[in-house]
Amino acid sequence: MSADRGEITASGGVGTGGLAGPGGVGGAGGAGAVAGPERRFRGASVVVAPVIFGIAVLVVWQLVVTVGGLPAFLLPAPTAIAEQIGAQFPVILETAAVTGGNALVGLVLGFVLGVLLAILAAGVRLVADLITPVVLAASAVPIVALAPVFTTMFGSTTEIPRRLVVTVVVVVPVYVSTARGLRQVRPVHDELMVALAATRRQYTRFVRLPGAVPYVMTGLRLAAPAAVIAAIVAEYFGGLQNGLGSRISSAAANTAYARAWAFVAASIVLGLVFFLAGLLAERLVTRNRPGGAS
Amino acid sequence: MTATGTDAVELQGVDKTFGSVWALAGVDLTIGAGEFVSLIGPSGCGKSTLLRVVADLEEPTAGSVAVTGTSARQARLDQRYGIAFQQAGLLDWRTVVENVELPLQVHGVGKAERRRRAVELLELVGLAEFAGSRPAELSGGMQQRVAIARALAPSPRLLLMDEPFGALDEMTRERMQAELLRIAGETGAAVLFVTHSIPEAVVLSDRVVVMSPRPGRITEVVGGRRPPVSGDDRAADTLDPDAVEDVRETAAFFEAVTAVREALRKGAATDGPAA
Amino acid sequence: MGSRDRRRLRSAAWAVAAFALLVVLWELAKLVLPAGGVTVGGTRVLPRTDDAAMPHVWTVLARLGAPEVAGAAEPRSVGAAIVSGALFTLGLALGGLVLGGIAGMLLAVLMQRFAVAEKAVLPYVIASQTVPLIAIAPLVAGWGGKIAIGGWAWEPWASVMVISSYLAFFPISVGMLRGLTSPRKADVEMFRSLAAGWWTTLLRLRLPASVPHLVPAVRLAAAAAIVGAIVAEISTGTRGGIGRLIIEYAQSATGDPSQMYAAILGAAVLGLVAAGAVGLLELGLRRYRGSVA
Repeated sequence: MSADRGEITASGGVGTGGLAGPGGVGGAGGAGAVAGPERRFRGASVVVAPVIFGIAVLVVWQLVVTVGGLPAFLLPAPTAIAEQIGAQFPVILETAAVTGGNALVGLVLGFVLGVLLAILAAGVRLVADLITPVVLAASAVPIVALAPVFTTMFGSTTEIPRRLVVTVVVVVPVYVSTARGLRQVRPVHDELMVALAATRRQYTRFVRLPGAVPYVMTGLRLAAPAAVIAAIVAEYFGGLQNGLGSRISSAAANTAYARAWAFVAASIVLGLVFFLAGLLAERLVTRNRPGGAS
Repeated sequence: MTATGTDAVELQGVDKTFGSVWALAGVDLTIGAGEFVSLIGPSGCGKSTLLRVVADLEEPTAGSVAVTGTSARQARLDQRYGIAFQQAGLLDWRTVVENVELPLQVHGVGKAERRRRAVELLELVGLAEFAGSRPAELSGGMQQRVAIARALAPSPRLLLMDEPFGALDEMTRERMQAELLRIAGETGAAVLFVTHSIPEAVVLSDRVVVMSPRPGRITEVVGGRRPPVSGDDRAADTLDPDAVEDVRETAAFFEAVTAVREALRKGAATDGPAA
Repeated sequence: MGSRDRRRLRSAAWAVAAFALLVVLWELAKLVLPAGGVTVGGTRVLPRTDDAAMPHVWTVLARLGAPEVAGAAEPRSVGAAIVSGALFTLGLALGGLVLGGIAGMLLAVLMQRFAVAEKAVLPYVIASQTVPLIAIAPLVAGWGGKIAIGGWAWEPWASVMVISSYLAFFPISVGMLRGLTSPRKADVEMFRSLAAGWWTTLLRLRLPASVPHLVPAVRLAAAAAIVGAIVAEISTGTRGGIGRLIIEYAQSATGDPSQMYAAILGAAVLGLVAAGAVGLLELGLRRYRGSVA
């Protein structure tokens, strides 16, 4: 597999969430020239339709459970879950802070590492040749399975193994996206800098790095929710029992299904918070640019 | 000989081959100081390649190239020419004025000085009020004017333009032509202008250089109908926009257009049925 | 063609070099770094590098040939156990991918056909890609042995497949929808001018046009299905798969982790095999490849 095709591949894959993301969720697809499903989002129905759908699902769910007598292990009633959210709220906050903290530390580490590696790879051909296949392989491999490795290396009583898992998970999209941005200099800018007799350093400073910024931010936006997912899943592989993931599995093991779902709901909220933060960061940084990287 | 007296471009026996493709064959061309010369011809006739050779973006396979009295490479390093492409190629993340400053920034001009010069140039192209805007907020014609201002930033004696109005609609295009003539008159820079459009070449140029492909070569040089500029009186508005409009309606204009068209047809005929 | 093959060969050689370098780095860390790791202010910043934490690469590889359980009646090598576990997991992930893929494509067609469905459902589909749905794995695990559908008792492996399909479902539905809506307006209008119905337009225009969007979605879905299957195996305790193997080996061998490392290596290879399979699929669908990378 050629490295180049592979890279398009990996970023294309990551982009599935990316392209549909901004316009679809934010409902603000009007600004960009992004083609695709979100173009059809217009007017009040953008908000109304999903809200109605969401309420309908909850109502049907409640009815199926209470009237239809669906057993709780299959699906507890929304009211039961809500009750548990109330009862467990302090614990939810505490465990969410642990998992969120791991995700955040890993996200920052992985982001910095991914961007630095991509810049290094863009400058030194040898580095690109060596790093690219490893990152591509990492994108196909279940990285969370590395959790036990880090646990044996760093010990099971610290948060480091999980943070490292998150870091590795985050590096992949950030590296792929940044590397792509650094490669995608428009030919006209290339020529212009030659015509201006710019030095290599000026070329990097004036054209290449600023041009890659939207791609860097896209990488961050894609990595942010992935960091939360990785932080939660890493908890299923043992180690400290102080995060959301551990609470879900221990509640499920104790047949406290409504409680487990309460922690699932908290995980979803945490994931959304990271996603929206990533989206916001991307929007803020690239607000003056047409099109953007996606 | 003073700097302004030197020919802007002097090409002798320039050949350029890309592998087995003969892009330019034995091109001789001299552009005097302040002269406006257009290159016209069908796709693949090497007109863009010729401009790129002058800009030192391509190296000629054979022949000699002098730009403002020095080598093409030295002219590029010294910023003796300014260049504009078909795409404006502005940097999206910089404001309009910062884009105009770019060539000066690359060459280490101080912040205050380059800002002063950039504002001056934006006034010249009539975009002073958009200095703080982002390129994306500007229309295609406005972006191209910013690109021209950028090309003019180092006060070059030569302006190289590769189909700069090619992507614009006809109305904008004619307005930009008048604008360019005014700017060329005010700065006194020589212009080498690549275009597909016969009327555009005629109305802008002192001379229209007609080229034909396979191999790319100059087949004929036709006199253009560049409207006269009132000499040294640069303080006043030296070119009335109406003057350009008037030129388009003169018999001499149509004659020149016909002459260029004939020359192009002849070039195509010698080239055989492939054209 | 020659130069393309050479380039491919070149990047393959670099890939080998890169992984060789990783092995060298691993061994170098063992050699240079202190065995007990480095601890700064109570946190370990450098890993332990003794054999109990970072076994030699050759120890891990040699372990593949060793018997899984010492002195068992039917000795099975670790390597054989890992291969059979990986195949088991691959089967479940593939089942999940097919199930989730079909469901995702149907939903995409539905959303393309009815704008209301798209408006109501799509935000959830997109949001679901960004929230940790895998968190429900331990809950689906609870279905094992408790429900029966038409006389067929729910097996734990079915939970694994459901989670796997759940994760595969979303990327495919989003990618498919993007593909179905990707034909240019002019093309759609041409079909309309030919009096082609919705069905014909779907079959002759929208489905072929969706292939370039679907392929990257399938690649993403395949990777998600495998992660889903592994995580689900761990939380359901389903025996026979590679995920469970990792946990079992991790628990059984505290003094010597090489067996666990071998299993993790197996999981990595499994992911690469799946990605390679999608690559082959892409090769087969090459003629539909449009302007989209």
